[in-house]
Parts: sequence; C-alpha cells; structure tokens
Amino acid sequence: MPLYLNDEQVMLRDTTKEFVAEHAPVSHLRGLRDANDATGFSRDLWKQFAEMGFTGILIGEDQGGLGLGHVEAGVVLEEIGRNLSPSPFLTTAVAAVEALKGTAHADRWFPGIVAGDTVAALAIDERAKHGDAIAMKAERSGNGFRLSGEKRFVTHGHVADLLIVAARTGGSDDEDAGVTLFAVPKDAPGLSHQAERLADSSLAARSKFEGVEVDADAVIGEIDNGRAVLNRVLAAGRTGAAAEMVGVGGGAMDMTVSYLKERKQFGTLIGSFQALQHRAAHLYSEMEVARAAVLKAQQLLDTDDARADEAVSVAKAMTGLATTLAVQEGIQMHGGIGMTDEYDIGFYMKRARVLAEMFGDSNYHADRLARAAGY
Amino acid sequence: MTDLDQFRRDTRAWLEANCPPEMRQPVRSEKDACWGGRNPDFQPGQKEWMDAMASRGWTVPDWPTEYGGGGLSPAETKILREEMAAIKARNPLNSFGISMLGPALLKYGTEEQKLEHLPKIARGEIRWCQGYSEPNAGSDLASLAASAEDAGDHYIVNGQKVWTSYADKADWIFCLVRTSKESKQGGISFVLFDMESPGVSTKPILLISGYSPFCETFMDNVKVPKANRVHDENKGWDVAKYLLGHEREMISGMGLGSSGGNPLIEGAIATIGLNDRGELADPLLRASLALFEVRSKAFTAMSERFIDELKAGQAHPAQPSMMKYYGTELNKARHELVMAAGGSDALEWDSERSSGGAKPRAWLRTKANSIEGGTSEVQLNIIAKRILELPGA
Repeated sequence: MPLYLNDEQVMLRDTTKEFVAEHAPVSHLRGLRDANDATGFSRDLWKQFAEMGFTGILIGEDQGGLGLGHVEAGVVLEEIGRNLSPSPFLTTAVAAVEALKGTAHADRWFPGIVAGDTVAALAIDERAKHGDAIAMKAERSGNGFRLSGEKRFVTHGHVADLLIVAARTGGSDDEDAGVTLFAVPKDAPGLSHQAERLADSSLAARSKFEGVEVDADAVIGEIDNGRAVLNRVLAAGRTGAAAEMVGVGGGAMDMTVSYLKERKQFGTLIGSFQALQHRAAHLYSEMEVARAAVLKAQQLLDTDDARADEAVSVAKAMTGLATTLAVQEGIQMHGGIGMTDEYDIGFYMKRARVLAEMFGDSNYHADRLARAAGY
Repeated sequence: MTDLDQFRRDTRAWLEANCPPEMRQPVRSEKDACWGGRNPDFQPGQKEWMDAMASRGWTVPDWPTEYGGGGLSPAETKILREEMAAIKARNPLNSFGISMLGPALLKYGTEEQKLEHLPKIARGEIRWCQGYSEPNAGSDLASLAASAEDAGDHYIVNGQKVWTSYADKADWIFCLVRTSKESKQGGISFVLFDMESPGVSTKPILLISGYSPFCETFMDNVKVPKANRVHDENKGWDVAKYLLGHEREMISGMGLGSSGGNPLIEGAIATIGLNDRGELADPLLRASLALFEVRSKAFTAMSERFIDELKAGQAHPAQPSMMKYYGTELNKARHELVMAAGGSDALEWDSERSSGGAKPRAWLRTKANSIEGGTSEVQLNIIAKRILELPGA
C-alpha cells in the first residue's frame, strides 16, 4: 500500500476540510470559551458530525456506520486539529468505538454514537503523567463489580453518557494481568465528576468512583485480561491524538508562514530574512516527517500489522516533538501580536500542550520504544 | 491471490536462493559496499550477488528492460525492496550511475546514449564519478569555469574539478563545463568522457577521516566528442539540477541507517550494559538514544512516503531538498551518538579491534553529508523559497 492518501481518502479530506472550516473554525472555539460554555463542545456540531457520517466512521456499515479505518478517522482529526474544533470525536468515535466493537456493548451504544446523541469518555489516567499502572479497584460484588478510586484527565467525562474505565480485578498496580475494562453508564450511583477547565479551554474531569456498582455485563472483553483491549484503545487514541496534532502543528505553521509573507519591518517583508526562512524550512521538515509517521501508524493499524504498536509510539512521540516546535516558532515569529489573546496563534499552543500530554507524551513513548528494543 | 502476492512469493523464493550469506551481513565499513567497475575490488559474495541481481535487471528494478532494467512497476519495486530488507540483503551495487547519471540519461539522453551507457551501469561494468564542484564554485555551483572549447565535432576541455567522489577509481565522468560566458546558468553544458582520455588526471584529497574518498580532477586539453554531450549545448544546467535532485534523494538515504539490526543500540549495550531493569545503564545517554530513535524511525516512514509520492508524481519538486537536509542532519546526529556510546573504544584509530578506527572515521566522514550535494543551508533556502514560497531577500 503506498504511503499516501488514496483517491477516496483525498475526497474525504477535501469534504472534511471544507465542512470543518465552515462549521467549526477557531472562532467557534473562541465563542464557546468567551461564553464560558460548561459542556466543552457544541452538541449541534456533534449532530452535524453525525449527519456527515463522521461519528460512525469506524463503525461497520451493518451497524449504521461508514465502515472506514484509522486513516479516514485521522483525516477528520487533522481538520479538527487545524481548526481547533472542540469535539468528542476522538474519545467517542475513535477510542470508545475501538473498545466496544465486536462486543455485546456495541448494540447498546453504537446507535446513539452514529446518531450523534451519545458521547463517551476514557477514564484511564490516575496520575498527572500518563503511565501503565492501574490502581483503581474493581471488587466482586453480588452479580457484578464495585469500582472505587479516582481517574483524571477524563476529557468530556462530566457530560459523557458512557465511560470506558480501566480498573484492577487482580494483581498489583504495575502488572499487565488483572486489568479489566468496564463500560460504565453516566447514571451509575457513586460516580461523580469535577469538571476542570484546562489551559486550552477544554474541560476534563477528575472522576470519583465511590463504590460504583456495575453488572457483570459491564465488562468489556475478558475479566483480568483487559490489557489487550486497553492497548487497542490506547493505540487508536494515540494515533488519533497524533493526527489531531499534525493538524494543530500544520495549522500553526501555515498561519505563521502567511504572517511572514505579510508583516513588514525594516521596510521589507520579514519572510525575506534568512534567519526566519531557515527556521520555517526546518519546521516544515519536522512536520513532514511527523505526518509520514502518523500515516504509517494509521495504515498499519488498519491492516492489523504486528508493527503497528511501534509505529503508534513513533507517531505520538514525533508529532509531540514537531508540533511543540510549530507552536513555539509560531508565537516567536509572530512577535508581540502572538502573545495577545486576540490573535489565534496562542490557541494553537494551548491545544498542542494538551494533546502532547494525552495518552503519553514524547518522553513516555520514546521510553516505551526503548524498552521494546531491549535497552 | 493477486498478481502482486504472486510476485512477492516468487521474489522471496528467488532472493532466498540467490542472495549469498555474506551479502546478508550488516555493512560495517566502506569496504563492504560493492561498486563494480573496470577494476573491481570484490569481497567474497559481492560479484555473485551483483551478477545475479543484474541478470534480472534488479540492480535497477524500475528502469526499462531495454536498458538493462527490471521493468518493474512502482508496486513491484516496493515489494522487491521490502523482501530484500526482510532478509537483510545488502545493496548489490552502489553506483553514481544508478543514483545520479541514469535518471538524467533516461530523461535527457539520446537513444544512442541510453543504449550505450545504461546497460553497463545496470551490470556494474562501468563506474561513474561526478565532475561538478570547482575550487571557486561550491554552493554557487553555476559560477563554474572549466571550459569546453568548440573544435568542430568535439570539445577541448580544460579546467579543474574538486570533491570528485572516487575519481581515482572511476571509469567515466559526467561533467559540467562552460560552453559560453554569455550567461551564468545558460552557458553550461553536460558532457561525458572516459577517465582514461589523454589529459585527465586525479589527485586524492586526504580528509579528516584519514581517508580519501574525494579527489581533485584535472582536465588538460581533453578531447570530448560532441556526441557525448547530454541535452543541448548551454542547457546543461537543466540536466545538472535534475540530477542533483536524485543525488539529494540518495544522500538522504543515509539517514536511514543500516539495513541489518541497529548497530547504534547494540554498540551502546555492548559498551555500557543494562541495569537490573533491563535499561541502558547510562540514563541520560539512553534518553538521547530513545529520542533519536523516534526521529530515525519517523524518517524511515518519511522516506517510504517520499519514494511512493515520487513514483506517483505527487512529490513536490523541491521535496528532495527536505529529504537531503533531514537525512544528513539525522545521520550526523546518529554518529555523534555512536561515538558517545563507544567511549574511548570508539577513539581507537588503527587497531584491529576497532576495524581500523571504523567508528571515528565514519563519524568524521558524516560531517561532509550536510555539505556535499548542496549544504544544509542551501537546502533550507530551497525549501523556504520553492515550497513555502517565502519572498526573496
């Protein structure tokens, strides 16, 4: 398979580009922020995503979805990134769908996701830095389980209809075995959220599980063997976050290069200065390499290739490095105006920081690659 | 089963049967590269491997069969590369004829020139070198002065070239000469001649690595038939630029590292060892290596994407500059880490245990990567102007 978008994917990209730029440009984010919106995204926009088919992009056609893959989901995410559009697309249409597909939960949740009525969130992280340890307890209780503990960085958690929760049914915190995944509905007694506004104006919850009782059928996959499903969910989430970051970094770069072509100082366009040209050209190179790494990971995920695991960490780490550079160069090359709230480039920096942290930052993934390579 | 699946199976079986075991070992030093030519210096297995691949046209898999190529489609070529990588097969033939002159001849050469030169390149019979830079024409290549005077059916060439890679080992040269002083870029012609022609001499340049991969090349009243001129007179700059794109593509490949194993990581583990958690015992070096490997693996994907886009005619014409810039900077970074990982072992210059100072010499050699074929700064200028379309200074 050649490492570029095929004709259908290019068509999808063109459609998506136009749609997202029209319905959810950066001004849309700014509007929500200025209104101190408590949801974190627009439900109308989520409905429109459904009308476009995006919400069911990874869901099979027999279940009302588009039956497409991670490359196509990435096409949508890149435009979400480029426009900084607040959306539960990544957690719901990508990560949660990956968790539930092929299980009995799909019948219950997929229709709502396809229709744009349902929002899902991932409750995985327990510490400030993403890691592999899972401490949250899930003890046997009657016919089901009792969940106790706290999760963090649960994006959209406070408004989610469904939480995908990683908890421990056995073993110690760092062990692979003993992890079980649960599908927990929002009205489960004992579940509460404290929504926190993050630097990029998005909302993420600290979610408390105080003896949350769930039935045995809330289990996703096998009891104690949830790590395999969790890894699949994380691979989808990481690749999706990387695709969104390519959009954020690409958007910041384009905005910056445009600025270099219009801003004059010393009587000439600042883009004619070699000091800035070289930095812009270096940034372009980093972003190109990151884009290739992301497409590689998406293609390998879509073909169920054993090399996907490595490629996903390369993609997440590389986009973290490249996009961090893009937003830093973005503000620096804009000069003073880049520091103002009125100008959009700062929003790119904030979003990039959140995405860089999500599902493991560049250091986490570099470390993960090193471990896999035996050093 | 599709035709491509069948092709993959056949290719795998053929490679398995025909690639000698020595040719599946990692390339450890420059001597492990096979260059062919009139006076070859074959190591065991090299000639067999080169000839076997050439017999199928697979030294140049995507060239047309009439010129000694394999006539493979882009998809088949990719499969061949993947299957070669799977058994860690070495490149059967390193050649500036393949990576630089060949593509230029395919685009600009006459039918006679193609039939004369391309099959010999494909079979590794003639080794080529490149006469581009001059003492006063480096980054500003178009200011070159070596002259070709019109003498009827031939030119008389006089002047000096520098940084001619392996000129002392090459059989023929492709050379930029000035046929007019009227115009800087529009006065250059692209000619080919035999290095055994009367009046040609070479002198190796000793580098900081202690090796002499480059030469000065002197031309003293060298007679070059006009039939050996590629493309029109005074249109050589078009050929030169086209060829430079391919040269940059080739040099960018250095960023990919070796095909077999990961000598950088293996070397670090051998010197430093692992702690009881299975981590390299030097945590800061480990972090540097791990972050380097992220870029290295991402660049491998970039190379795949670039080649795929190139074959499909989708790559930006200036994209080779990005590849050259990134690949060479990455390669320099890799060798800095090789040295850091090797410690004082990697400082030995002559000893047998260091294979004659292979590490420090290779490290020093890489410093030329971001100079030859257009410096990193020239590549960044090209990206800024042609891809980002930033205004001229």
